[in-house]
Amino acid sequence: MKVYVAVELTIDEAGVMHPQRIVWEDGRKFEITSISDVRRAASLKAGGSGIRYTCHVGHKDTYLYYEDPKWFVDA
Amino acid sequence: MSRRILHADFNSFYASVACFLDPALRPHPVAVAGNPEARHGIILAKNELAKKFGVKTGEAIWQAKQKCPLLVTVKPDFASYQKFSTLGREIYGEYSDRVEAFGLDENWIDVSGSTETLEEARQLAETIRFRIHDELGITVSIGVADNKVFAKLGSDIKKPNAVTFISPENYKKVVWPLPAGELLYVGRATQAKLLKYGVLTIGDLANTPVSFLKSQFGKCGVMLHAFANGLDAAPVMRSIDQPPVKSVGNGITTPRDLVNDEDVYLTICMLAESVSARLREQGMRAKTAHLCVRDTGLYSFVRQTKLDHPTNITSEISRACMQLFRENYAWQTPIRSLTVSTSDLIGAENPEQLSLFDDQAPRRRAEAAEEAVDDIRRRFGYRAIGRALFLKDRAIGLMAPKDDHTIHPVGYLQNGTMDSVIGGRPQ
Repeated sequence: MKVYVAVELTIDEAGVMHPQRIVWEDGRKFEITSISDVRRAASLKAGGSGIRYTCHVGHKDTYLYYEDPKWFVDA
Repeated sequence: MSRRILHADFNSFYASVACFLDPALRPHPVAVAGNPEARHGIILAKNELAKKFGVKTGEAIWQAKQKCPLLVTVKPDFASYQKFSTLGREIYGEYSDRVEAFGLDENWIDVSGSTETLEEARQLAETIRFRIHDELGITVSIGVADNKVFAKLGSDIKKPNAVTFISPENYKKVVWPLPAGELLYVGRATQAKLLKYGVLTIGDLANTPVSFLKSQFGKCGVMLHAFANGLDAAPVMRSIDQPPVKSVGNGITTPRDLVNDEDVYLTICMLAESVSARLREQGMRAKTAHLCVRDTGLYSFVRQTKLDHPTNITSEISRACMQLFRENYAWQTPIRSLTVSTSDLIGAENPEQLSLFDDQAPRRRAEAAEEAVDDIRRRFGYRAIGRALFLKDRAIGLMAPKDDHTIHPVGYLQNGTMDSVIGGRPQ
């Protein structure tokens, strides 16, 4: 399922976005500890394509997609 | 020197995009179709499941539903199609600067510069096929050959999500057994005529003497013979080499039949507004206006007139078209569709011959006003501002042809004459 989420991020001097936290619908915040891969990819599960960030959250990797201008996860 | 050309064709493009964006659709037979209430109710594309039921592109929704009662129809979403089309072209653009679009979903890619052998081109095609599926989520069929015609033929042979390889060694085995109708430019009429002479397959066509084909089909016969033998030397156009626009037009089948001059005026204004906005976007002015009228009996005619001044002002185009209409239509039957188009285009920056007797100031003001409207629409959307006239019949007046319908079929020969297509097979 495609779930749009709020994302807290920083933008560096070069204009590159670095997502920091994913804010869930109920207000819970999930800290992104590291990002291992950034590339364009499609999510068949969610039905959307965009720039995919492979984020390490808690103990597992999760995909966060930037579908200009919104962000979604395939939950 | 021999070339290496790919032809990439998105599989059931509109339906694939619709199914990709909405996972709930995927298990069902799906067709993208126009709105039956606006009388655009024909099938534009269908997915693999619907294809199995025999649903065909171009038939009416009710016909399709007879074959496949559980068919799910969805509305077209041209903005998404544009987006996927552009993303696809960006991927192709990473491998070559020669990418020529043939409609929204097909592209030729000349990879002669980035590969050394046809085999390498085939591997590249596999890479592209994988990337399209991985990055866009839809599938593509690719034909690999040393000319555009065979590449296009190849992309039709294996579907979906496949690469077909046609080389000078195997084309007789792969291409020649196919029915002649598969070849570019062999339509129903040509196919029927060929059948009369016992030409069933592309191979038959290739082995028919050129002189005979020429006597039957004229220049076209020579071209078809060359196509069947893979002797197509037409280059893949760079995107910057694409020919300049020659005409700008918009047509519409209205949601209800038009029954009087007032209806027609409203529709013409709406179309002229979109045409003039597109002219301004291209930085053009037009010297000729055309009006095409189709009545409920599907009889249609086109009339054209010279405009007093080269223009991109809505009221001047609509006035000219309305005059054409009054002079040429006597209301024998109601009208089903109208098309307004303009041609004889010149760049808007060209100097204009002014007349001593006309006052140009009102025209300048009209142009400035329309540019202001363009700007408002660009920022706040098409419906943010509009003519009061359009509120008289909302169903017709509030259609936005510029946003909804600016996708055109393209002709293979549009870029040049037939002679440029025919060449020898490089040794």
